[in-house]
Amino acid sequence: MTTPMNRQGRPTRPAADAGSEAAPQTFTGNRALDIEEPLIFEIGGTDRSGVDLPRKPAATSRLGPLARNKPIGLPGLSEPETMRHYVRLSRNNYAIDSGLYPLGSCTMKHNARLNEKMARLPGFGDVHPLQPVSTVQGALALMQTLSGYLLELTGMSTVALSPKAGAHGELCGMLAIRAAHDAAGSDRSVVLVPESAHGTNPATAAFMGYSVRSLEAREDGTVSVETVREALGPDVAAIMLTNPNTCGLFEPEVSEIADAVHDAGAYFYCDGANFNAIVGKVRPGDLGIDAMHINLHKTFSTPHGGGGPGAGPVVFSDRLAAFAPLPYVARDAGGFRFVEHAGELDAAAMPFGRLTAFHGQMGMFVRALAYMLSHGADGMRQASEDAVLAANYVRARLKDVMTQPFGDQPCMHEVLFDDRFLSGTGVTTLDFAKAMIDEGFHPMTMYFPLVVHGAMLIEPTESESLSSLDQFIETMRFLAQAARAGDTARFTDAPRLAPRRRLDETLAARKPRLTWSETQLGEAAE
Amino acid sequence: MRYLPLTPADRSRMLAEIGAADIDDLFAAVPSEFLLDGPPDLPNARSELEVERELASLAARNTAAGAVPFFVGCGAYRHHVPATVDHLIQRSEFLTSYTPYQPEVTQGTLQYLFEFQTQVARLTGMEVANASMYDGSTATAEAVLMAERITRRRKAVLAGGLHPHYRDVIETLSKYNKTAVTALEPRTNAIDDLIAAIDDETGCIVVQNPDVFGAVRDLTRVAETAHARGALLIVAVTEVVSLGAIRSPGEMGADIVTAEGQSIGNGLNFGGPYVGLFAARQKYLRQMPGRLCGETVDADGRRGFVLTLSTREQHIRREKATSNICTNSGLCALAFTIHLTLLGEKGLRDLADLNHLAAVALAERLEAVPGVEILGDGVFFNEFTVRLAKPAAPVVEALAAKGILAGVPVSRLLPAEPRFANDLIIAATEINTDADRHALADALAEELAKKEPA
Amino acid sequence: MATEYFTKDHEWVRVDGDVATIGITNHAQEQLGDVVFVEVPEAGRTVTAGEPVAVVESVKAASDVFSPLAGEVTQGNDALADNPAFVNEDAEGGAWFFKLRVADAGALSGLMDRAAYDAFVAAEG
Repeated sequence: MTTPMNRQGRPTRPAADAGSEAAPQTFTGNRALDIEEPLIFEIGGTDRSGVDLPRKPAATSRLGPLARNKPIGLPGLSEPETMRHYVRLSRNNYAIDSGLYPLGSCTMKHNARLNEKMARLPGFGDVHPLQPVSTVQGALALMQTLSGYLLELTGMSTVALSPKAGAHGELCGMLAIRAAHDAAGSDRSVVLVPESAHGTNPATAAFMGYSVRSLEAREDGTVSVETVREALGPDVAAIMLTNPNTCGLFEPEVSEIADAVHDAGAYFYCDGANFNAIVGKVRPGDLGIDAMHINLHKTFSTPHGGGGPGAGPVVFSDRLAAFAPLPYVARDAGGFRFVEHAGELDAAAMPFGRLTAFHGQMGMFVRALAYMLSHGADGMRQASEDAVLAANYVRARLKDVMTQPFGDQPCMHEVLFDDRFLSGTGVTTLDFAKAMIDEGFHPMTMYFPLVVHGAMLIEPTESESLSSLDQFIETMRFLAQAARAGDTARFTDAPRLAPRRRLDETLAARKPRLTWSETQLGEAAE
Repeated sequence: MRYLPLTPADRSRMLAEIGAADIDDLFAAVPSEFLLDGPPDLPNARSELEVERELASLAARNTAAGAVPFFVGCGAYRHHVPATVDHLIQRSEFLTSYTPYQPEVTQGTLQYLFEFQTQVARLTGMEVANASMYDGSTATAEAVLMAERITRRRKAVLAGGLHPHYRDVIETLSKYNKTAVTALEPRTNAIDDLIAAIDDETGCIVVQNPDVFGAVRDLTRVAETAHARGALLIVAVTEVVSLGAIRSPGEMGADIVTAEGQSIGNGLNFGGPYVGLFAARQKYLRQMPGRLCGETVDADGRRGFVLTLSTREQHIRREKATSNICTNSGLCALAFTIHLTLLGEKGLRDLADLNHLAAVALAERLEAVPGVEILGDGVFFNEFTVRLAKPAAPVVEALAAKGILAGVPVSRLLPAEPRFANDLIIAATEINTDADRHALADALAEELAKKEPA
Repeated sequence: MATEYFTKDHEWVRVDGDVATIGITNHAQEQLGDVVFVEVPEAGRTVTAGEPVAVVESVKAASDVFSPLAGEVTQGNDALADNPAFVNEDAEGGAWFFKLRVADAGALSGLMDRAAYDAFVAAEG
């Protein structure tokens, strides 16, 4: 069998003898403000409702035998019960608004409420994508303004706004590259990807029918132009590189790599996940890239929402501009319009197709533009500097108690540690992360990038005050020292104070229960 | 700058701790020719008040659906979202929370995802559903890929009534995947036509119900034929409120159901963010794309929820992932589940009835307008197509200038088909009043009565 | 008496006449952690040496299992579908993955014996 992607044997089941702390048992199972909330299927009823609808018009149904007569099984709750149910659920969630997220590669910065207010203006939130364009000129103007900002910040020539997430943006960039090769009649089947890349990169390449050739990193985690040159050939369609890379370092030979890639007739796709390190300081276009997706939910603060929605617009160089997908916004004497069909194109345009219905995540465009207008050019540059400063401050104050895989060198907006400082303690990266939860912190990114053992990737962002950073650092120092002092139970039993203790992921995968049913989990598992 | 807490004194202290003289020392890895000397060529920071003014002035140039008689559908629908929904999704712990990879401190998110998955499975009449996808169109494209993995056949047939955007997305994603997509003509929608299009090489047939022209059909015979030939039936639903009134795709024999969930809980938002629903038969679980939330227990034996079966996803499988998708549409799924909980089954049925009857009332009024012919066999949910006596796009433009948003001219979606130039797709929902219906009918009558300029 | 061989991909092969029984090694199951899902090939399938023919998944990782030899699958171990945990309990015994009618017995000489495999694992670190 292949070597497992992650062979660091992370425990997925809680230890058998892990007993709970001797907290007093209550009748309800609640613990003061910490409430045990059942599922809607356990408290609601199909005959109950929390909405008051208008009266039905005087008309008769025409559905006949197509009408849905069988019970569906959807519980309803009154409005007060609904409010309580979801407020109680919300209290079991960690969030940026309540604490720091040191999550490397995620850029968990402050989500401003101004952005929410702007997105909810009726002129943005209550307009339909297929209204006549004469009735939505302000919306198209906003999309053009956002495009202008993204192009100025990246130094690129065209932007596709339609991708709905970062991975979707990667697909967009790679589809454009493939279209460019097809248009030139060149049939190349290989994409170069560093071992340290995020899994979406090789997945996207494979999805497109490419085979992936892996690039090794140097001792310090970066990719050398020699390695790239050796891997290049007439069969290589593109390289996919993250810059700054997944180890938090700027690729120093990125420009030489771009030249080598272009000389070999290939394209340079840049994963823009770490753009927050360089906004206003470096323009990726100057480095020679051909396509880069931008995560509006990372760099431009649109909220993570518990897992989405995101937005992943893609900027293109002149070489790829012609292949950008439909639809896009155009402007002429009559105002703004959408170019939505092949018949509306100007001569040079050769879009590879359409990625989604309608034209993109307008709600996220409004939020991102509000962010950009608020920060301004000076504020965005300052934000990148503060992000890099904060990560290096964390590095400087933890490097004597935690271990860095590539020696002590400045990082960009995120700092990478490995688990060598835990060797011999019986505490793994996972255990360490769970102990952070008890201390009131969301864990850092763990076990990524895969090229480092027990990786811990920390990205504080520019949104943290110095006292918040200090508190985080002191906590990490305490935990590192506690692990080395042999206080193992603090880690292996953790978390002990969260709404739930460690959950049995093995059981969840062996006996998947993905919808509610009347039988108890214990019965089903037998 | 109010979002940046560090003060100049803080920065100096931090630099000293690091041992760097200047912030640019920390950018030393960037070759100096690429490090910008100063900020980009964009305006500097502005006050909150100024930003509000600028964006409000852009918003004011758009006609909001709530301000006018509104009949635009075709894949996104204007419904009333209760105030409770928008309030709850703005709670910090929902809005600003990360993906629930640390389940011990994200049971809020995980529990609502579990409830959402159950609601979606029941609504669609299927056995299992995922935690949502970007939108209906990408969910449908992923369903085609999933059918390919299951049947090991590369031929996908798309019914003529599939939303043209959905068709385009499937064709774009299939280009390099070696999927052979056969898209039937836009009006090729009759059950017999669909059955005739399925052969022994077909991996799946994708049928939208109600279709883009608004027509509702019983797809049972299509499912039977597909299964007899070894193919899967994928049903796409762009108006999810219809599932409160029409027999579910699961009942009709669908193998995979995809839907656009925007109609419940989510506003129009000019096209996004929306929420894709994805449901399938239990036996196909391991071929499903997207995130899945599952039930389990913790170390104390208490019930809890976790993301599960992650080995299908790309960050683990890398080259062998079942899809390129990394994320779901979390907050939009939350809005959907809250609204559906508020509605409950009775409320959803009432809402669906309201929508259907609003469309019936509108159709009755429009039937009486000279120059308006309602197309199709008469069974629609809340949307139908009319043929006007003159090209539809200019009529819609004229009505927009009078403050009525009359619907989507088919030419907006299918410009290369001149035979549809006079066709207009009109949606009706619970937001329409008698006065709105009156206004539309009168305005159409007036517009159609005009003689063309010489 | 069956002879035992091992591959660099952590599969074991036991050959009895022209039938080979193939599974993953104890070392492999330890590396994977709790096994949650197994997919074995169907009887009648013709496979080539080095072809991925089965899948074994843990919570956090998924791995292909390759056929070390060319031949025709005679049986997949259906017990693993209902009880993937069996792989953790008895990887080198009852939790075999599939049986194969070997097409080319000569290929066995390219595989390792137990001592060589143990040394290989030790060196991998």
